[in-house]
Amino acid sequence: MSIAQESIITKPTRRRIKRTPYLLILPGIGWLFLFFIFPLSTLFATSLQKPAGISPDDGFLPAFKVSNYSSALVEYYPQFFRGFLYSGIATVICLLLAYPIAYYMAFRARKYRNLMLVLIVAPFFASFLLRTNAWKTILSGDGIVVGFLNSFNLLPQDRILNTSLAVVAGLTYNFLPFMILPLYTSLEKIDPRLIEAAGDLYSPPSQRFWKVVWPLSIPGVISGTLLTFIPASGDYINAELLGSIKDKMIGNVIQSQFIDLRDYPTASALSFTFMAIILVMIYLYIRRAGTDDLV
Amino acid sequence: MASNRPKVEDLHLVNLTKSFDDFKAVDNLSLTIPAGSFFALLGPSGCGKTTTLRMVAGLDEPTSGQIKLGPDDITNLPPYKRWVNTVFQSYALFPHLTIYENVAFGLRRQKAENIDDQVKAMLELVELTTQAQKKPQQLSGGQQQRVALARALINEPDVLLLDEPLGALDLKLRRQMQLELKRIQTEVGITFVHVTHDQEEAMTMADTIAVMNEGKIEQLGSPVQIYEHPKTVFVANFLGQTNLFEGTVAGIEGDELVVKVKDTTFYVPLATTDIRSGRIILGVRPEKVKIVDQGKTGLPKNQINGSIKLTAFVGVSTQYEVITNWGQEISAFEQNVDPTDLGRPGQAVTLAWEPRHSFVLNPDDDLSAGLDTSWDE
Repeated sequence: MSIAQESIITKPTRRRIKRTPYLLILPGIGWLFLFFIFPLSTLFATSLQKPAGISPDDGFLPAFKVSNYSSALVEYYPQFFRGFLYSGIATVICLLLAYPIAYYMAFRARKYRNLMLVLIVAPFFASFLLRTNAWKTILSGDGIVVGFLNSFNLLPQDRILNTSLAVVAGLTYNFLPFMILPLYTSLEKIDPRLIEAAGDLYSPPSQRFWKVVWPLSIPGVISGTLLTFIPASGDYINAELLGSIKDKMIGNVIQSQFIDLRDYPTASALSFTFMAIILVMIYLYIRRAGTDDLV
Repeated sequence: MASNRPKVEDLHLVNLTKSFDDFKAVDNLSLTIPAGSFFALLGPSGCGKTTTLRMVAGLDEPTSGQIKLGPDDITNLPPYKRWVNTVFQSYALFPHLTIYENVAFGLRRQKAENIDDQVKAMLELVELTTQAQKKPQQLSGGQQQRVALARALINEPDVLLLDEPLGALDLKLRRQMQLELKRIQTEVGITFVHVTHDQEEAMTMADTIAVMNEGKIEQLGSPVQIYEHPKTVFVANFLGQTNLFEGTVAGIEGDELVVKVKDTTFYVPLATTDIRSGRIILGVRPEKVKIVDQGKTGLPKNQINGSIKLTAFVGVSTQYEVITNWGQEISAFEQNVDPTDLGRPGQAVTLAWEPRHSFVLNPDDDLSAGLDTSWDE
């Protein structure tokens, strides 16, 4: 084949190869624009609107009312704080519970590994609401948990339901699989020979864990905590079903502002503030944990 | 660090056995490895050499038997309490640590002093000073191998275990590292126990080789001893090529045993064997066999006639396959001093070798032992 012929054939091919990836991501971009960027901008516009009358039925007018943000924050900062506190505690408990399970699955379970995976995923076959409602029965005053604990006088309040304990327990239960799965994935990738090598190099079991296994599982710890903390902090079902009026989280406030009070600007302002706080927290967290290889 | 420890000790394996269910990976092995030696455990995959190594490292627990380092019984000591370090086949470098920290790992766990000086000296020894701040995955295979070596050596163990350390390297690099390892071992004077399935690698580096097969030691000795005087068919076949003849003892002439193989008579020095009658297996290495035109005189005493089946010119030598009149194929390697005169297939030739180059093997051995073993794991 001559050089001239070759260039005729390869030139358009190369251009087509260059264009193909852009064409391929177009549907995805379109989807994101339609269902993410567009609603988000609408929500942001709503967060700055002012009421047209006294009742929500009168509607809202476009405006630039930044005070929506400051007044929402002043009024609902306890719920913000409580939301992050409860989900933070639940995330830590999830990590403590999930790590041994994921470790066992990755290094010890052998033939039971798949069975364990199925058992961890199985609760997802039942609805989130249903499962949380089930906890209501389990934790109720005449349920077995309270009865058992009361027989040892371990419950100062004589109840679990409608306490902050129940909310944190519910969050922990509901988000545990989101901690176990990423942890398992990153632990499973660790070559067991590295642990042997650490033992060979004068590391007793505790050092083998802290110097080799733990640092190599950091990517899993980070994705697990994020996958738990972010949805848990915005959750309102657990506080609604398992907590008392004093246990409301920011999710509950946003929900009632939108659905019950129909104060859309306040609800939108709260949503945006919540998003901003989460973003800042994640940024600081990932900077701190310092992982180049999160993915 | 290790300065307060006594001198390097001999390693003793006493009746060591390791069973997996009803399979005996290592079968009643007893062995003494002298301090400061370069010792090779050589055998095909599945012969129990790696299991033996792992038991010495403390990574596998023996089913029975003892491991002693000098006077101390270390059989039940966990790996981190043994003055033994391993260079793993896969290197097992810590991917989250720099080369520097990988090498420093053992010293840090022992809370040693002057870690920085020692790590720098060790990186110098393996010529990786400029790579110190890189991560293992940024290094080439040969460099990673040297990191693995440095990481183990820096602890100045009594025994350094090497599990197929050069297996993942290409041939040229492997040759280079063989000499490098030998140099380092001579320099540091630590006992090296080297596990390999590559007979050439074992012979290049080790002062003593133990050939293992099915969990047992077939033969122990220097590379020259083992190569020149194999004791079993397995060893003869596993270490290089060999020609074997089944025959019967016909009598004794002077200080030589007379052996009849079909219609041919061979002679073997009496000193090489205790067998004086009955069946016998006789062997000779191809490079000892001279190949000449038939009818020549002044040849060595052991002679067979045959015709050339195959001629292969391989550079340093020419390799011939010759068929005897009873149909057996015999290899002969001729050095290429004058390569213009190559034998042609079909040419009638005489093969001849000195009686002292023959060796005698156990007549009950299977003639194919050690032949069909896989050389690559």
